Amino acid sequence: MKNKQIAALIVAVFALFTASACATKPPAHQFGLGPRTSAQNRYTATLEPSQPLKARQMMKLQVALRDAAGNPVDGARIEVDGGMPQHGHGLPTKPRVTKNLGDGRYEIEGLRFNMGGWWELHLAVQSPAGADRVTFNLQV
Amino acid sequence: MNRKRLAAAAVFITIILAVALTTVAATRGDRWSEEELDVVRGLSLSSLGPLPADPTNRVADDPRAVQLGQRLFFETRLSSNGKVSCATCHAADREFQDGTPLAKGVGTTDRRTMPIAGTAYTPFLFWDGRKDSQWAQALGPLESAVEHGGSRAQYAHVIAERYRDEYQRLFGPLPDLSAIPRFAGPVPDPAARAAWEAMSDEQRVAVTQVYVNIGKAIAAYERRLQYGPSRFDRYVDALVDDGRAPEDVLTREEVAGLRLFIGKANCTQCHDGALFTNNEFHNTGVPAAAVAKPDRGRATGAKDVLADEFNCRSRWSDAKGEQCPELEFMVAEGHTLERAFKVPSLRNVAERAPYMHAGQFATLEDVLAHYNRAPAAPAGHSEVKPLRLNGRELQQLAAFLRTLSGGTAAPPELLRDPHQEVAGGR
Repeated sequence: MKNKQIAALIVAVFALFTASACATKPPAHQFGLGPRTSAQNRYTATLEPSQPLKARQMMKLQVALRDAAGNPVDGARIEVDGGMPQHGHGLPTKPRVTKNLGDGRYEIEGLRFNMGGWWELHLAVQSPAGADRVTFNLQV
Repeated sequence: MNRKRLAAAAVFITIILAVALTTVAATRGDRWSEEELDVVRGLSLSSLGPLPADPTNRVADDPRAVQLGQRLFFETRLSSNGKVSCATCHAADREFQDGTPLAKGVGTTDRRTMPIAGTAYTPFLFWDGRKDSQWAQALGPLESAVEHGGSRAQYAHVIAERYRDEYQRLFGPLPDLSAIPRFAGPVPDPAARAAWEAMSDEQRVAVTQVYVNIGKAIAAYERRLQYGPSRFDRYVDALVDDGRAPEDVLTREEVAGLRLFIGKANCTQCHDGALFTNNEFHNTGVPAAAVAKPDRGRATGAKDVLADEFNCRSRWSDAKGEQCPELEFMVAEGHTLERAFKVPSLRNVAERAPYMHAGQFATLEDVLAHYNRAPAAPAGHSEVKPLRLNGRELQQLAAFLRTLSGGTAAPPELLRDPHQEVAGGR
């Protein structure tokens, strides 16, 4: 049993060293295009970019929005925002929802990441189901 | 006792591991981690990608336009005194710039000449981004009172008299210019302006169409000017997937500088990607230059490009409505635009002192000292924080920046004044 504790200690010290190199970046499973659940669990959103995410290029992407029961949410108002938490800056452009495609799908245009790295993308969603916010962690 | 021994061994192993890890982190030398490799490779010309299409210019990729554009680029008749061409400030043998703080055409401007290579990749041009295509940019200096000093009617006459055939092959029939005054345009010169205002709408449209096509031909030429590969690019191309680097391309000092560039010195926050620029506008607290009017940078440039007569959405652009996303989604106001200036590419940076939008710094060392100190901005808010690098580190950064020189990549015939060849009897 004691051996296990010592082993755990070694692992912990080791992990501490590895972690210190990664600052506050969330773990890998928190990254990706979703589905991601909103802060208050009202919605889940999934991103579908029209091309792989790339720095310094205008991006167009679709969002599939569902409510807590899994039904598509139409007619929602979605505001797009984002930035790089490690650098303290926001998006270089003002992306917005340009099309309501129906079946809970929306098109976002005008999104650009001006450098590679960890980006947060926030969708502030407003619909009869309530206001809530979905945050994506994206590796560009 | 056994346990004690085991515990001691565990502590010992932990210490060894810790020391080993810190040592590796400090003296990795030429070896790069996977994350660093991503960043370093992203800076290489190999990752640049193909020339993006220019939907605003239907002759952008027409070789005949390249040829005409080159002749117009070097044409001193496109000026009020017959002495100034684009090449006056954008000298082909000096990376298409002039090495002087404030550009001099027929007068003196209030900004530094920008290089041309790679501008086909940038959504907004000039230090304040007041133009959104290469051809719209080319038209700015032509009617500036201190650059070429002329007017569009004068330039249309030059085309009709000197370039009629080449022009018509590309753009169709020239309008009849017999009733058009010699000097007329929406320019500061009162006589030329009065003549312009006296013209009919049809005449103004006809002349402006020729003027726009001059810009589109020049843009087709400029589009062919790209950055040549540097020692840094050779270094990256030779990197292997496990992060080991060749030892004979860059010196230890230069590699140390690269490590600072992507790390502690935080340079890639703006100077990222194969062209070492994020193409954005930032206030970095650069001191004010000795010019007549305070320069607000992007704060005025953003408004100017939205109102520009020649922007992507204008009648002169060949783009369709949905092909202007840069204008449609740009940040047009806010405090971050105040005294924010275009992030220039760092390729060939050692070949083109002085630095900043008005040549405020004479040397690379001065530039690095500025970022290291990070003084408050003369207006707006500087985004730069003090780097706290020591003298050795600043030298390493400067050494790295000197590895980015690779000249201009274009066929040699595009890097010469075509009129000189004629004069030389070829």
